[in-house]
Amino acid sequence: MTHSLSRRDLFKFGGLAAAGLGGASLLAGCGGTSASSSDKTIKIGVLGPFSGSVAQYGIACRNGAELYFANNPSIGDYAVELDEQDEKGDATEALNAYNKMVEDGVIGIIGDVTSTPSIAVAQASVADNLPCVTPSATAAEVISFGPNTFRACVTDPFQGKVMADFAQSQGWKSVGTIYNNGDDYSTGVNGAFVEEAGKKGISVPQQSAYQDGDVDFNSQLTTIISAGVDAIFCPNYYQDDGKIITQARQQGFSGPIFGVDGWSNIASGQYASAADLQNCYYCCSFVATNEDAGVQEFVKAYKEKFNEDPTNFCALGYDAANVLAQGIKGALDAGGDPAKDDFKQAVIDQIAKGKVQGVTGAISYDGTGDPVKSTLVISFDADGTEKVFTTIDA
Amino acid sequence: MRTQTTDKPVISLGATAGPVQRRLSMPMRYAMNALLVLAFLLVGNLLVDGGVITRYQTTVLEQVGIYIIMAVSLNVATGYLGQLPLGHAGFMSVGGYACAIFLMRLEPVFGVGARDFVTGSPAALALLVLALLFGGAVAAVCGIIIGVPALRLKGDYLAIITLGFAEIIRVVMQNVDAVLGFELTGGAKGLTGIPSYTNFVNTFAVVAVSLFVIHALMKSRHGRAILAIRDNEVAAEASGVNVTYYKTLAFVASAFFAGVGGGLYAGCVGVMAPAKFGFMKSIEILVMVVLGGMGSMIGSVLSATVLTILPEALRAFSDYRMVAYAVVLILVMIFRPQGLLGSYDFSLSRWVENALNGRLPWKDAPVAADPGDHDAKEANVHA
Repeated sequence: MTHSLSRRDLFKFGGLAAAGLGGASLLAGCGGTSASSSDKTIKIGVLGPFSGSVAQYGIACRNGAELYFANNPSIGDYAVELDEQDEKGDATEALNAYNKMVEDGVIGIIGDVTSTPSIAVAQASVADNLPCVTPSATAAEVISFGPNTFRACVTDPFQGKVMADFAQSQGWKSVGTIYNNGDDYSTGVNGAFVEEAGKKGISVPQQSAYQDGDVDFNSQLTTIISAGVDAIFCPNYYQDDGKIITQARQQGFSGPIFGVDGWSNIASGQYASAADLQNCYYCCSFVATNEDAGVQEFVKAYKEKFNEDPTNFCALGYDAANVLAQGIKGALDAGGDPAKDDFKQAVIDQIAKGKVQGVTGAISYDGTGDPVKSTLVISFDADGTEKVFTTIDA
Repeated sequence: MRTQTTDKPVISLGATAGPVQRRLSMPMRYAMNALLVLAFLLVGNLLVDGGVITRYQTTVLEQVGIYIIMAVSLNVATGYLGQLPLGHAGFMSVGGYACAIFLMRLEPVFGVGARDFVTGSPAALALLVLALLFGGAVAAVCGIIIGVPALRLKGDYLAIITLGFAEIIRVVMQNVDAVLGFELTGGAKGLTGIPSYTNFVNTFAVVAVSLFVIHALMKSRHGRAILAIRDNEVAAEASGVNVTYYKTLAFVASAFFAGVGGGLYAGCVGVMAPAKFGFMKSIEILVMVVLGGMGSMIGSVLSATVLTILPEALRAFSDYRMVAYAVVLILVMIFRPQGLLGSYDFSLSRWVENALNGRLPWKDAPVAADPGDHDAKEANVHA
């Protein structure tokens, strides 16, 4: 063939241009469905992982938020429309979902749920000054990027500190820790606990790390138990900690084992038996068996709507929705117009100075996005039901 | 070879009887493609600035660009070299961390603030170029470290050692702070506060440069050697190709561009967390290459584009979108096991030449159009 030429040319770029423009038009085709809200509707975004490996937290938070707005379908004269977006627990997807929500015209976001995506969203939302209330992102930095991000939960370091206080109050002199070193939550709580324990004079002879996905913790537990500790601190999520508790009991350790709010749901029977859970404690801000009237009302409504017991994350989702809704209400009462750009700042100001009686305790903000709230310490009855062991005030 | 049946000089090999074909000169081809790239960047930028492409769509397009770089760079090792590395996300994370840390540490030295990346001051641009090159270079060094021992192995063994390497990178990123005693990568919680230096124009400018360099590499003597190794390693070695050298070269080139892609990724998302660069990220990129067709650059570009946009376009179906994504993958693998485009590659110049010579897609057979004496002479001048 006579056109068998040297092909040292840039022939890919035509294809690239076609691909890029094709993609742009595909996106443009999908983007045109949003601008249909009436005058008397406000949109609130719910952002979280509703699929993927951390979906249980995202769904729980979403359920809580949905319940709140089912009970309170309007704020002032405005009907609330929820814009729910899944981010699969991925920071990139969270950023995309956030941008999509901003385009959809939300005036506030409940989310994100887990720490790394929340940081990505917090960084991006500063420029928009969009009020974001995260139900459960505990990493310290989440609120550090701008005044627009708040959280409904307490932080990792705070929980570590609370549990160090608790360990001291129980008279435990030496505590071993086992934590997932591939998880920012676990490492964060563990670090804060060890630091505070040092200040309180509690010795930590052994800190054992494990990897994401481990199921056998016997070697770490053997090291910890042989160090002769009074108690074991497990600042991880309940799937791992259930196995840790079971394996520790199998090794004959009968002393206290305690953790933080990642444990909620541990008593469902699938993760550790009621007998193994004796002498175990964890801190959280919500437990379904709390006898407080507001909590019982929430639990009842939640059971009716979703046919299951609410977890800590459901309650935090509910409270995050509550915090944001109260902020919006305050801004509306002050004569704000949601269509105007300064409304976002008004909402932020209202959240910052408001005080909300939530199901996870009274939430107020003390000049930062970190809430001032009390913490419950939970223990387990002989049949495995959770009960409030003590309350630690802020 | 000169043809016997015509008195006009035709330089190309294996020419048979027939009228002289019109051809484009090399500068013409470069100019044509360069113009298209510039037009694409310019139009894209106008659309972004004018708000026709919204911010959400822009962010997705930036990710499309990043994954094009990732897929095309992996294609160098997979499609052209014929190996199966499973550690591409490792290079991406090394490049991303290196680029972001370099840029954040040197911001004060260059007197650049986070705003300057948005406005695009010359100092910020210089810093960004340096940081991306640094990210690529660090990834390339990792490529050499892993490539020299790993490329002695073949097939499954190489897949496993590169997989192991990516896991090592991830664990190092998680724990390096504790070893160093100061905060470098941010550990498990990730590196936060990365300025958002990635935008539409710089992403696609980097895409264009990356594609050009990879294309030029593959069309060069070195690229031919790499292809020879893929087709038959023993024969290539017997023909005097330095197999170890060229394997490492391809692997390092692949790692370098993955590092550059990672650098853009860091600026796009603003957070680098080691957990995001696990095995699944490598597989995601490999899926793009396999789906597009191994050894086809346009295939990688197209499938990276489609597979990045698809989950976003399916957002309306919320819970079912990941199912739909999987179904698309399975259908393609059943009906097009060689990938969407096989090993086909697109050449704009070839199209233009075919059109000039009257061979148009809607005509059945190549028609020997009579170009006329004048045109034929001109074509020969250009050849």
